[in-house]
Amino acid sequence: MLSYLIRRVAWLIGSLFVAGSAVFFLLRVLPGDPAVTLLAVGSSPDQIDAIRHQLGTDRPVLAQYGHWLGDLVTGNLGNSLFTQMPVLDQIAGRLPVTVPLALSAFMLSIVVAVPIGVFAAVRRRGLLGVAVSTLAQLGIALPIFWVGIVVVWLVAVQWRALPPGGFPRTGWQDPGAALQSLVLPVATLTIAQGSVLVRYVRSATLDVLSQEYVRTARSLGYSLPRALWRHGPRNGAATVVQILGILLASSLLGTVVIESVFALPGLGSLLLASVKSRDLPIVQGTVFLMTATVLVMGLVVDVVQRLVDPRLRART
Amino acid sequence: MSTPLVEAVETIEALDTPARRRRGWRSPSFVLGAALLLAILVLALMSLVWSPYGLDHTDPAARLAGPSARHWAGTDRLGRDQFTQLMLGARTAVWIGLASVAVAFVIGVPLGLLAAAAGRFVENAVVGVIDIVIAFPTLLLAMLLVTVYGASTAVAISAIGIGVSAEVARLTRISASRVFTQDYVLAARTCGTGPLMILVRHVLPNIWHTLLVQAALAFGVAVIAEASLSYLGLGTPPPAPSWGRMLQEAQSTVSVAPWNVLLPGLAVAVTVVGVNLLGDGLREVLDPQLRQERQAADR
Repeated sequence: MLSYLIRRVAWLIGSLFVAGSAVFFLLRVLPGDPAVTLLAVGSSPDQIDAIRHQLGTDRPVLAQYGHWLGDLVTGNLGNSLFTQMPVLDQIAGRLPVTVPLALSAFMLSIVVAVPIGVFAAVRRRGLLGVAVSTLAQLGIALPIFWVGIVVVWLVAVQWRALPPGGFPRTGWQDPGAALQSLVLPVATLTIAQGSVLVRYVRSATLDVLSQEYVRTARSLGYSLPRALWRHGPRNGAATVVQILGILLASSLLGTVVIESVFALPGLGSLLLASVKSRDLPIVQGTVFLMTATVLVMGLVVDVVQRLVDPRLRART
Repeated sequence: MSTPLVEAVETIEALDTPARRRRGWRSPSFVLGAALLLAILVLALMSLVWSPYGLDHTDPAARLAGPSARHWAGTDRLGRDQFTQLMLGARTAVWIGLASVAVAFVIGVPLGLLAAAAGRFVENAVVGVIDIVIAFPTLLLAMLLVTVYGASTAVAISAIGIGVSAEVARLTRISASRVFTQDYVLAARTCGTGPLMILVRHVLPNIWHTLLVQAALAFGVAVIAEASLSYLGLGTPPPAPSWGRMLQEAQSTVSVAPWNVLLPGLAVAVTVVGVNLLGDGLREVLDPQLRQERQAADR
């Protein structure tokens, strides 16, 4: 296990390095001069040179690359082009919105979708089971922002029950208002993530149902729910862990669109605004951090899978 | 009660005969999926020759009007006919969807085949690249590209295509590796057949149906991605209509004209549900093994 862990961490560091380099080179080496696109049409060559110097793009690419890697290792992601504030501070300032949003949608979709998915599998020929699967299919096919708009229209415009968007300027100092403004975004993200999870759980349960050990347990006199409960979790654990990893990653990414629908000042809207204003350091830093989170989660998933499933450990 | 006779009968019943294959084409999911997709395709193709109004036509007197005989789906805040926008949006969605899937397959399939056919070292390298591209979701990739190039149709197609190609490469590698371990490949190799010939004669014929189903599903993913990008303002720039931007515009007027939200969202859903059903149907028609399993499970 230890040697596996060491190899896996080495692999992660390698992936982070490649991902970081990919972000860097996509933004720098692709044709198109950021300094020119950044400035208004008709800027003087002097202005362009000044921006190039500020961006560091007047130096050789390899020197810039070394600089970016060195900064990355020391945890420095540079400064915003426009506000001059450190990128890391700006990102940190957005986390109090994005992290609660992503985590509560993630947990809520587990609580809601797992029982529904198991039910849909056990009753796959019943009317309700088919209805649930169809709804989940529809939930996957509908764009998440469409669901958000409809939710806003129904709850905020028709019923006037909750604010349609935004986040209190004082942040979490007013916990009531902050929570209120997160209800609809979390609900929307949960509908989207939950639909995906229902499909996964349903097919994983169908898989367990068709296994010999369930038939054996049934023949020993266990009822179907008891047989599932006794053998399902242990046998399906590795798959479940993998699905949860994917779900957490997609919850994090889903916030980019959700924050735009509900005008929330989170990481996703920081990224979107920076893309539109071409604030390279922020785009570079945010995309790298999000990708790094996905890669680290991949490692956690692999390790936990081995912990819960001895069959994977044996293979090494 | 499995006597040899019963087993023999079951084997014959499960055989993949042309008649059975034809029956597969009539599976409900295939027919429904094809019908939904056909409706979208007709909208998109018809927009090439006819639409209720021109792209730039506005009707200032009837801004944010509800559905009527003159404007079947109502108008937006500039007085543009929503049905016209929907038809032209279908064209954008289908075009970007097809082009992205083409990009994904042109990159993904050769990469997957290379990984499966080459030695362990190349395979590990390709798998590593695939893992990293999968960690870069389409949306982030699109954002990086838009930062450099600005929003355009080509950027949307490249970003979606590259994002989807990782999944295509992964699937191609897995299915091709399975074929490469078969005895008939070993036999062919023993006879001196070159790797290219093995690919053409043995691997591709055995994996094309998996890839076709994947192409259908990828098209659905691409349509949703296109809608999301244009909703965020990172997709095809105006004036080319797109379902995502229609929704973004409809959101700002949702309190006075909620009906404008309905149709573009429904159009995306119809397309995606359509290709998913079509993919399921295709899988049943093309994969004899899966059909046998289904029949066994239903017995």
